Amino acid sequence: MSIQYKSIKDLNNMLLNKEISYKELISETFALIESKKNLNAFITLNKDAAIEKAVLLDRKKNKSILAGIPIAQKDLFCTKDLRTTCGSNMLSTFIPPYSATVISNLENAGCISVGKTNMDEFAMGSSNETSFYGNVENPWGTNLVPGGSSGGSASAVASGIVPAATGTDTGGSIRQPASLCGITGLKPTYGRISRWGMIAFASSLDQAGPMARTAEDCGILLNEMCSHDIKDTTSLNEHIPDFTENINQPIKGMKIGIVKEFDLSKLDNEVVKVFEESKKYYESLGAEFIEISLPNISLSVPTYYVVAPAECSSNLSRFDGVKFGKRCENPKNLEDLYIRTRSEGFGDEVKRRILIGSYVLSAGFYDAYYKKAQQVRRLIKNDFDEAFLKVDVLMSPTTRGAAFEAGSKGSDPIQMYLEDLFTIPANLAGLPALSIPNGFVDSKPIGLQLIGNFLEESKLLQFAHSFQQITDFHLKTPSGENI
Amino acid sequence: MSWETVIGLEIHVQLSTNSKLFSGGSTGFGAEPNTHVDLIDMGLPGVLPVANREAFYKAIRFGLATNAEINQTSSFDRKNYFYPDLPKGYQITQMAMPIVGKGFIKIDVDGSEKIINITRAHLEEDAGKSIHDLFDGETGVDLNRAGTPLLEIVSEPEISNAKEAVAYFKAVRQLVTFLDICDGNMAQGSMRCDVNVSIKKQEDEKLGTRAEIKNINSFKFIERAINFEIERQIRIIESGESVVQETRLYDSVKNETRSMRSKEEANDYRYFPCPDLLPVVISDNEFNDIKNNLPELPDEKEKRYISEANLEEAEAKIISSSKTMANMFEDACSKTDDSKLVANWLVGDVSALLNKDNIDIEESKLSSNNFATLIERISDKTISGKIAKSVLEEVWESGHDVDNIIKDKGLVQIQDESVLEEIAQKIINDNPSQVGAYKGGKDKLFGFFVGQVMKETQGKANPKSVNDILKNLLDS
Repeated sequence: MSIQYKSIKDLNNMLLNKEISYKELISETFALIESKKNLNAFITLNKDAAIEKAVLLDRKKNKSILAGIPIAQKDLFCTKDLRTTCGSNMLSTFIPPYSATVISNLENAGCISVGKTNMDEFAMGSSNETSFYGNVENPWGTNLVPGGSSGGSASAVASGIVPAATGTDTGGSIRQPASLCGITGLKPTYGRISRWGMIAFASSLDQAGPMARTAEDCGILLNEMCSHDIKDTTSLNEHIPDFTENINQPIKGMKIGIVKEFDLSKLDNEVVKVFEESKKYYESLGAEFIEISLPNISLSVPTYYVVAPAECSSNLSRFDGVKFGKRCENPKNLEDLYIRTRSEGFGDEVKRRILIGSYVLSAGFYDAYYKKAQQVRRLIKNDFDEAFLKVDVLMSPTTRGAAFEAGSKGSDPIQMYLEDLFTIPANLAGLPALSIPNGFVDSKPIGLQLIGNFLEESKLLQFAHSFQQITDFHLKTPSGENI
Repeated sequence: MSWETVIGLEIHVQLSTNSKLFSGGSTGFGAEPNTHVDLIDMGLPGVLPVANREAFYKAIRFGLATNAEINQTSSFDRKNYFYPDLPKGYQITQMAMPIVGKGFIKIDVDGSEKIINITRAHLEEDAGKSIHDLFDGETGVDLNRAGTPLLEIVSEPEISNAKEAVAYFKAVRQLVTFLDICDGNMAQGSMRCDVNVSIKKQEDEKLGTRAEIKNINSFKFIERAINFEIERQIRIIESGESVVQETRLYDSVKNETRSMRSKEEANDYRYFPCPDLLPVVISDNEFNDIKNNLPELPDEKEKRYISEANLEEAEAKIISSSKTMANMFEDACSKTDDSKLVANWLVGDVSALLNKDNIDIEESKLSSNNFATLIERISDKTISGKIAKSVLEEVWESGHDVDNIIKDKGLVQIQDESVLEEIAQKIINDNPSQVGAYKGGKDKLFGFFVGQVMKETQGKANPKSVNDILKNLLDS
């Protein structure tokens, strides 16, 4: 019996019914990884340790739903004794002495980390093309990008290798690849999941989250990923509910906001059509639509491209060739060590953002850029606060279009930056948001974004699950069959 | 031409917390290189800082003791620059919202008092150490010190000369040691300072261009560096040139300051709020707890010594000036009813020995325990004051235990009056002519007899008993 495309619940049932052993499940997973090697979804595999853990689970009495479930981990999370590259040449030899809280939480819940997934270098990119380890292929088409930065995780789930994967989302890095690969991806409220052990890109925006085929599986994973962590002072000390508890509750009478300022007229007709159809599905579920104005939302992309590079320019200073990671050959002196290590270790997109970040923080420019951006960020947050007095969730397309071909965005980084037009606002405001498959454009999947109020992941999952009860977009596979 | 000097000090005080400012790493001094370093201190990818509240408590104590504004909500910023001993490529410090705001401290210069205003005192993490001279052609990095909490105390530019600067530094050192927030150990780098020096004509309102002399860690060097710098700046200006704003280094061997980097070469530190740390809020409860448990400060101790222990003002001042000496005084007073006796020893013999060796009490081998025992043995008449002096000298050299010295050298005072009477009688019998003269009216000869008895007993006789016995025998 094939394990491909199976959900967490399916696999759990198979394990409990002894249709498959824990070891067989993991071995099958590695066979799938091998057969899908062309996707280049993984940078490093964890085969021996994974099989060893499965063998131990076979000998134990296991009740937890995640026990033995193969999970792909984005290569941005530190994994003890397992190479963690963050998609960069800089960390091509880095083996962390500790694990991220997310990894420990999942592994303690019984999950088996099968490998580290490919990603844009230091999570900077929207197509996985900035990875030092090569492009990732979208299973929906040769030479199609999977989106980014969590491209490897999205590709691994979309191709049915694993039921779920971890991702991180700073400006859309979970939702955009989820949209482009036809899977479900959730970025929780900022602080829901500990950042301890996540290699930082932009600390005030970075948030880990689950990527899976269904909203329900995302909820199951989220239950274990969340924890209040004293090692991360920005981690929230808030009640963590069972995120799957209410997903079957009807959404009848609930209100969905459509953001007036998200100008859909500039999008492809097909994209708009898919979006309008999704509204009809929600209407049929009894939801009401209200137009909402977020007056400052148009400032999101420029604000983001000040704040995120500023923080990244500082966060990436530690990669200096002195203590860990890459060091250039035979440095002549200290300056040479710094310049060559960083020139050789970082790719172009990372360098571009370090330059932008250093510029906006420099003396004389700080007030005009960084400080102003933080003020705008506050205004955007206020807009959302106002909106959520009137609606339960906000709805928009996740992306401006479906997956594009590698290399097609050319050398203009702005075109790539606009990929995150709809996803960035939720990061700036620290709000939870998810993407669910809601249709196809040119036979390529596309996603619908729902943004929720602070800490309302459960409600988002309820909306997503309701949608997935009356649609089958999430069950389509690249081979054209339904699961 | 008469020049006026303007000096401001930035003093870095290493706070005596057990763990580092943002990690559980140990702050112990003198360990093997890179053994007191945890994941956070190393700045590994993915690690996050967590602020150590104990450091805030200590900073607040300093603020309260300097009558400063305390910001119960304070926050951290990143100061970005590259250096091998700065693991993250930035230092976490408090730029925009420091824990301690404006305050002041009183200093004493040759008996006259002056107020020095303090601009602010903020928390920050220390860097590691670069070791340039141990490996041929390579630099070693020791991160043991990286992340150690520092309180940077910034004075207003109100210090007028090297003497005042030293007095100010001493006053801060006295305060932080009394507050128990820093061990004050300058040799181990627990206190270091950067000195900003500029000169201007007396009538000028505007300050002159300043030079900053980095990282000085002794009173002597502060004084010499400032004096060198003043002369250098006067020489430059009087030759018609102008002082360059720059960072300078004091070379104690050559006794000169040298340019490290000019303003143009200075780093743009790209300060911005540290996104990994939320603002730290000290609750009213925490604040009041610190306030109500503030250790007794030198001024308060001085007053108490005068009122409760009947000390003279001068004595009280000397004893309360150093925490170690004040502790010695209080420990020793618990062993005797005679607090004047304790004060006399500290201000007299102990201070004389300190002056002779030109050291601070902390550097001496005399422990508080040993001193208290010495006082106890004088009080309970085990040894005489004269013997005690020689015991003190011995302790001063060797640090040995007072009781062991007394025992090993057989210095116990002869208390048995019958023994003393026997010796006194022998002296009288042996010196009939002196006895005759004394009885004939030469009262001064009494001292001769006392001296002879003391000589015979090698100083171990109780002088008062000897007096009584001799009077009795000679005058009867």
